[in-house]
Amino acid sequence: MKETLKDRKYTKTHEWVLFNEDGTADMGLTDFAQEHLSDLVFFGLPNVGDAVKKGCAIGDVESVKAVEEYNSPVDGDIAAVNETLLDNPGSVNADPYGVWVVRIGNITAEGELMDADAYDAFCTEALKDEE
Amino acid sequence: MELLFEKSRTGRSMDYMPASDVGEYSMDASLQRKEPIGLPDLAEVDLTRHYTALAKRVYGVNCGFYPLGSCTMKYNPAVNETAASLPGFTGIRPRQPASTVQGCLGVLTKAGKALCEITGMDDMSFQPAAGAHGEFTGLLLIKAYHDSRGEGDKRKVILVPDSAHGTNPASSAMADFRVVSIPSLPDGGVDLDALRAAAGEDTAGLMLTNPNTVGIFDKNILEITKIVHEAGGLTYYDGANLNAVMGKVRPGDMGFDVIHLNLHKTFSTPHGGGGPGAGPCGCKVFLAKFLPKYTVTENGGVYGFANPAQTVGCVRSFYGNFLVVVRALAYIEMLGAKGIREAAEGAVVNANYLKTLLSKDYQCATKGWCMHEFVLDIGGLKHKTGVNAMDVAKALVDMGIHPPTMYFPLIVHEALMIEPTETESKDTLDSVATAFHAVREAAEKNPEALHTAPHTTPIGRPDEVAAARKPVLVYKK
Amino acid sequence: MSSYIPQSWEERRQMLDTIGVSDVNELFSSIPAGMMLDKLDLEPGKSELEVRRIMSSMAGKNHVFSSIFRGAGSYNHYIPSIVGIVTGKEEFRTAYTPYQAEISQGILQSIFEYQTMIARLTGMDVSNASVYDGATAAAEAVAMCVDRKHRRALVSATSNPMVVDVIKTYCYGRGIEVVMVPEKDGVTDTEALKALLDDASACIYTMQPNYYGQIEDVSAVCQTAHAAGAKYIMGVYPIAAAILATPGEIGADVAVGEGQPLGLPMAFGGPYLGFMATTAANMRKLPGRIVGETTDAAGNRAFVLTLQAREQHIRREKASSNICSNEALCAFTSAVYMAAMGDKNMRQVAELCYDKAHFLAEKLEEIGYARRYGGPFFNEFVTENPLCPEKVCEALEEHDILGGIPVEGGILWCATEMNSKEQIDTLIDVLKEVPDGTVV
Repeated sequence: MKETLKDRKYTKTHEWVLFNEDGTADMGLTDFAQEHLSDLVFFGLPNVGDAVKKGCAIGDVESVKAVEEYNSPVDGDIAAVNETLLDNPGSVNADPYGVWVVRIGNITAEGELMDADAYDAFCTEALKDEE
Repeated sequence: MELLFEKSRTGRSMDYMPASDVGEYSMDASLQRKEPIGLPDLAEVDLTRHYTALAKRVYGVNCGFYPLGSCTMKYNPAVNETAASLPGFTGIRPRQPASTVQGCLGVLTKAGKALCEITGMDDMSFQPAAGAHGEFTGLLLIKAYHDSRGEGDKRKVILVPDSAHGTNPASSAMADFRVVSIPSLPDGGVDLDALRAAAGEDTAGLMLTNPNTVGIFDKNILEITKIVHEAGGLTYYDGANLNAVMGKVRPGDMGFDVIHLNLHKTFSTPHGGGGPGAGPCGCKVFLAKFLPKYTVTENGGVYGFANPAQTVGCVRSFYGNFLVVVRALAYIEMLGAKGIREAAEGAVVNANYLKTLLSKDYQCATKGWCMHEFVLDIGGLKHKTGVNAMDVAKALVDMGIHPPTMYFPLIVHEALMIEPTETESKDTLDSVATAFHAVREAAEKNPEALHTAPHTTPIGRPDEVAAARKPVLVYKK
Repeated sequence: MSSYIPQSWEERRQMLDTIGVSDVNELFSSIPAGMMLDKLDLEPGKSELEVRRIMSSMAGKNHVFSSIFRGAGSYNHYIPSIVGIVTGKEEFRTAYTPYQAEISQGILQSIFEYQTMIARLTGMDVSNASVYDGATAAAEAVAMCVDRKHRRALVSATSNPMVVDVIKTYCYGRGIEVVMVPEKDGVTDTEALKALLDDASACIYTMQPNYYGQIEDVSAVCQTAHAAGAKYIMGVYPIAAAILATPGEIGADVAVGEGQPLGLPMAFGGPYLGFMATTAANMRKLPGRIVGETTDAAGNRAFVLTLQAREQHIRREKASSNICSNEALCAFTSAVYMAAMGDKNMRQVAELCYDKAHFLAEKLEEIGYARRYGGPFFNEFVTENPLCPEKVCEALEEHDILGGIPVEGGILWCATEMNSKEQIDTLIDVLKEVPDGTVV
């Protein structure tokens, strides 16, 4: 398991969000998420300008045998999408915290977010449930 | 193995066509394609050898045991093929005058009557070309019914158990319904309390297969259909598992209003490597007016086509996969009333016999007797040895057995769903059990080998990740 | 025991012993007793000899016309003998969907070859492994083009009415609006199309040739569609595709069509074959099964069902289509046909269809059956008639000729490579002799 970075926040649906100095926020998938999905093959990305709501799905990601939606951590709209993911979805498997998926601007509200320690505890509980 | 395109050499193909006996007419160059097509150029001998070589890399029911759960891979009788090749069927066009197709219309009528008797329905459409297509059709009937009563906007929910096949929610979405998942109890039965809570004024209907996908007949079925009817919804029977109960009990008597059948499962028509099948949609009389066009009518021994009064339209061109219906009719004629019951009994006996044998080595997802299929839970084996359901399945390939259905139903992790069908002998089932036993032993002694199974096939495990990341869907020189 | 159960009663008894029951009905005890049937109200089972007699007798009640001049969605084409030989191989016929790639390379490779042939025939980048028929292919193509903002589908009135019907049924299911684009002089009215296209238009579907056999100016349709931000779905007659400009050359977004002419018998309407091809950009929107090429760990070429995360068994209610099966054996059949024919024969068939139809049109004109529409046509055309169309057809049927199909007061004729000059001459002779009936 890769180390959960302390510079960002986490959601219950295993996204991370990093608030930038310019008021935007970057969102990506956590190590827990990429482990569970296994090799990612395709990202369904939203359009720039789409409005997003906290806790609601904004796109999906496919592995060979599964598809999962990823949710927005905040209210706002899509400022940018990481187009390199179209050619290289596996980069999220290799470096989940170094690769952003979408950048959200005009943020008006935050969803339920946890800090790194709370998220680690949440993941430990989740793994226990799976056994 | 080389592709046809790689074997192609210019100038080798046969002459199939005579010269024109009516002269030649020119077509404006501006209308014509600039690029040649690029089909392979092959002599007949090389073409035929290519397919003979490919056939060696195909595994069909005629090759060996095929225990795919929920697929009913039963033997495809030879008489079906004879019937379906009759020139009096293959050479008939659709949209010929009715007087010249009384035989075809007779086939549809006879098959429809027999299938209605078997399922307890009143009318049937043969237009749907596959099970999922039949589901879509049945859901359109439900939609049309509620629309006709002015409740179409209100009733937008289809209740689907979480053990259901993926086509159920997908078909519902195609008919613009929202899906609400009903949890299953540990034995796979529907959680009645959850169903009662979910059924209400927004319920359009319920989709269910019985026996369910873990192979258990839900004994609460009358209560289930009652709950949905009392909420004002309709009940849909997914006929995928009919092989367990045909001739013994009828969906129409379980409280179902509309059904689909899979002729390529229950009624022995061949799977063809993924089609063509047929998914006829049957219904009770109050829904018959919504059925797709081209239902068959009979008037004093003369057959014709009619369009139901408030038909949902066509779900396919023409009348459906006619030659598939021909095969199913031949099968029904062979078996007859008693034979159909015996097929279901045979399916259930074979499944329980194999389950009994396999229980010595494997954990079953359900206790007690099953119906026509059962699910092995490989979770424990995975925990103990690291060998998972996929590894077991691939190891069976090295034993000459087609793997069972993997990772379905979703409510059992590491599931292997096994449906032997009635057309397997005791000897075959005994040797299958021996093979499963050998795999179990290998899992304990040499799990590493199983992770890389199969070893005896033309290829090893393909890289599916690369195939999905950078799809190569056509041959490029 | 009943047919196809390979057990004696003695073996059955042993198996019941092993299970631990004395009677098979104990295994059905979870079914409430009140529901159990005593018997089915069906005839008893029969011997194979009797069943074959019954099926032959039913087939005998149909009439196979020796001379066929009718198209309209189902075509009488020549099927080379090799096609039946190859497709009769029991391995292909009795196999399941090739989910287990290691033991299914034969099927997967044959479908990959089929996909390649369809892509080349239509001039598109990629094809799927087929859908049920040409009509559902058109409906599925509409679903590919529709999204949250674009929920209107435009369909040309020159399309086969059955295809229109299926598109409408599918759109009723999904709550998508279907708008018909009127016909003018036998082709799609491009001016009307321009006026009907708006911000909510997802696509326009036309057929080439169209239902009346006319060759349309599909470039104009395509450009008009794209200018309005809509996609162009081109329906294609696969025999004509050997000669006519392809959807790829035209710039269409999706190409669909009925594959029955590619080696499948007319068979009273089914099973048929729907092919779907598209551009690389739209690849992941294609519904249904798709075979892809990859490698195994040893570097061997391997074929596998891919892009499965689009499909219903994974995406469930979020799948864009519920389609589960492809018409695998039909797709296989069409691949064998195309491989046997090759470019040379495909082109020859198309030219023969064209020649026969144009000869037929001339001959019909000479006896007063004038073409209703001007402009180029492929192998079908509509005539006005000096006599009531139904009477014309009845007269022809008495001579074992299936004439064109009555359509909007005219007759839609078709000629293929199967119509010899003799057949055409006989047709003309019979028509000359039809007694004057009620004129429509």
